[in-house]
Amino acid sequence: MKNDHTEQMQAQIKEAIASKQALVIRGGRSKDFLGRKVGCTHLNTLGHKGVTKYEPGELILTARSGTPLKEIKKLLAEQGQMLAFEPPAFGDKATLGGTIACGLSGPRRPYVGSARDFVLGTKIINGKGEILQFGGEVMKNVAGYDVSRLMTGAYGTLGLLLEISLKTMPSPEKETTLVFEHSAAEAIQRINQLASQPLPISGACHIKGKLYLRLSGLTVSVNAACKELGGEILDDAETFWEQLREQQLPEFKTENNFWRISVPPTTAPLSLSGETIIDWGGGLRWLTSNEVSQSVRQAALKAGGHATLFRNHDGFGEVFQPLKPSIKQLHKNLKHAFDPHDILNPSKMYLDI
Amino acid sequence: MTQPSQAPALSDTLLEKRRQIVAELGGKLPKDCLLHSPEELAPYECDGLSIYQSTPLAVALPYTIEQAQQVVRYCHQNQIPLVPRGAGTGLSGGALPHEEGILLSLARLNAILDLDTLARTCRVQPGVRNLAISEATRPHGLYYAPDPSSQIACSIGGNIAENAGGVHCLKYGLTVHNVFEVTILTAEGEIMTLGSEALDSAGYDLLALIIGSEGLLGIVVEIVVKLLPTPQEAKVILAAFHTVEEAGDAVGQIIGAGIIPGGIEMMDKLSIQATEDFVHAGYPLDAAAILLCELDGTETEIIETTERVNDVLLKAGAYQIRVSENDQQRELFWAGRKAAFPAVGRISPDYYCMDGTIPRKHLATVLTQIDERASHHGLRVANVFHAGDGNLHPLILFDANKPDDLENAHQLGNEILELSIAVGGTITGEHGVGIEKLGGMCSQFNAEELTQYHAIKAAFDDTGILNPGKAVPTLHRCAEFGHMHVHNGELPFPDLPRF
Repeated sequence: MKNDHTEQMQAQIKEAIASKQALVIRGGRSKDFLGRKVGCTHLNTLGHKGVTKYEPGELILTARSGTPLKEIKKLLAEQGQMLAFEPPAFGDKATLGGTIACGLSGPRRPYVGSARDFVLGTKIINGKGEILQFGGEVMKNVAGYDVSRLMTGAYGTLGLLLEISLKTMPSPEKETTLVFEHSAAEAIQRINQLASQPLPISGACHIKGKLYLRLSGLTVSVNAACKELGGEILDDAETFWEQLREQQLPEFKTENNFWRISVPPTTAPLSLSGETIIDWGGGLRWLTSNEVSQSVRQAALKAGGHATLFRNHDGFGEVFQPLKPSIKQLHKNLKHAFDPHDILNPSKMYLDI
Repeated sequence: MTQPSQAPALSDTLLEKRRQIVAELGGKLPKDCLLHSPEELAPYECDGLSIYQSTPLAVALPYTIEQAQQVVRYCHQNQIPLVPRGAGTGLSGGALPHEEGILLSLARLNAILDLDTLARTCRVQPGVRNLAISEATRPHGLYYAPDPSSQIACSIGGNIAENAGGVHCLKYGLTVHNVFEVTILTAEGEIMTLGSEALDSAGYDLLALIIGSEGLLGIVVEIVVKLLPTPQEAKVILAAFHTVEEAGDAVGQIIGAGIIPGGIEMMDKLSIQATEDFVHAGYPLDAAAILLCELDGTETEIIETTERVNDVLLKAGAYQIRVSENDQQRELFWAGRKAAFPAVGRISPDYYCMDGTIPRKHLATVLTQIDERASHHGLRVANVFHAGDGNLHPLILFDANKPDDLENAHQLGNEILELSIAVGGTITGEHGVGIEKLGGMCSQFNAEELTQYHAIKAAFDDTGILNPGKAVPTLHRCAEFGHMHVHNGELPFPDLPRF
């Protein structure tokens, strides 16, 4: 079939096994900068595209991995729905496969859930060249281990994603963003206090002395919350949140090391030099800094989180927070369970996985 | 199917093994932590699925993680099968003891360790009851969202093992969506923490993998759950329909209108009748199906959504709509649904609860087929349905004292599972595979998929001591039982329309 490249891709994986030649999985290359650099031969998913099922009333969408993310978002928008985890695309060419393989979620994440929370099923090719299907197209499914969610954020190291089924959500009727003047420490405290109340919060970030609070939901709920909270209403808020998600705000421009630090949301501002943008209601700290890696990772670890060298690195060093030996061993075991010949994106996440 | 029966006398080998366990492991634990006499073991012979029973060699009841660790290490060193157990309310036989193994009950690890109201998290031990978490956090305006119907008794550790759901999971998610971190004992007895109090972790999402793994990958000894702000108010709309189709379609139309209700449940005629006789909730007895739709939020939100849902329901053909006027009435509306299982227990000596999930649009077809299949076996089926997420609980009514009834019920159950798979659903939405649905697993997954599951198991537990024989069938078993994989186009229901 024209848009179904399953057979070609399976053949390529089998050939790679036979020739002991590792493959780099590639979609739209919008997130090439993420993770470690991997050499060798490419396996391209762009030809494997198309939405195979979309049923708004069932909140289900299934699409092939090469389907452009923007096509999916457009299709959903036509029915008043969205991908609630608000995935960043980092470019027009982003595919659904890459989005799920990288497992990144946008500003809405702390309030509605992450990419993996919305993954209901996957069809994959494992490193033995077998086509396997896990999960399904229903909300509740506990038959077998949750392999679909394991695939999310595994950077293609456990399997090539062929198809992904997602839970879709209705888009909010109204969104308003309020702006408050706060230091980072005050903002973290305030967002977490507000999140303990039944308010329709759908985004909370802190940039240069300002707390931006997004409210989404029914018009009556958003209006009531605005009245209660005060603050300034932000014009063109949609662009603001999009630029935050896509890292296009001027504050993201840097040639220094650019870190993604994920910490418990109530963590006080980290004592690291450089500029920090706080997202995820305190749970995510984007840091521009020339601190040595060791200090950044140590600070993240001490706070109970982890740091990723997100941009501006050569791709040959350590990108993700090193794993504890016992957890590392488990990763190796799982990698071996899915990809015994080390064919799929080897060392994309860690040198020896 | 294993028949309930007198426990057979143990063989000399097993008796010797028991003596050895008591001598060796007993010495490492406080005296009351290891049960081994037949009277002490009897209460542990089954979980919530009592048609399967088996006696373990011993039951370990540790007070501390260190004691639990001793048990796991001992089992690992001696290659003794180890079956973890929470509150024993599971409905798929996941905690059925292994007759050559030790049952590890986590019931005594039942402390709420820490509540962080600012971070909205609660650190608990596995034996804490699901409802106890919400009870402890409610004074702070917070609660733990997943609410399986057994929440008064079931433990959070068991919820993790089964990825428990509940009536509110369309809006608030399953267990997997509401847990930050779990600490497990590995098969070797090592302590390992998966996930964290941050919103994600480095590396693979092992937290997602461990949740719902039915005690095969590790034993959960500590959990950090996510808490949500308690909604200010809730109302329930009760809508009656003349046909099941109309009721099913109405659910899709509510969701299609952009409204995600806190809960949306459906009951069919037999369930309505059984529960009405039991709790007198005021359900319309002439309805073919009723919907219970809970809307939660602030007062203004509820006024708005109630109006919208009301319009949708009318258009969808509801012939009677009632909105709860106060909390008492709301609870009364729910009472029938929540009492569905015991109510059915009153009209039938025994019942067998199924747990398939189906795409909602196939509801009418599936219910019609279930009805036909049931008549064929001379049985009746009452259906309750988590309509929002497609999770169907057909309750097969039977009488274990009648010859063949149990076997027929089991056969009908299997046919219902096959039917769920055939329409693109799954054999279990929230009860788990356990021992009960191993046959269904052979139908839902092919040999390569099952082999992949076994490889995952081996990555965590290479000698296979944790809950052996549950959740994932061996290929040998699938071949023996002759179950057919339905993905290959040879559907077991040739008369079903193909979608």
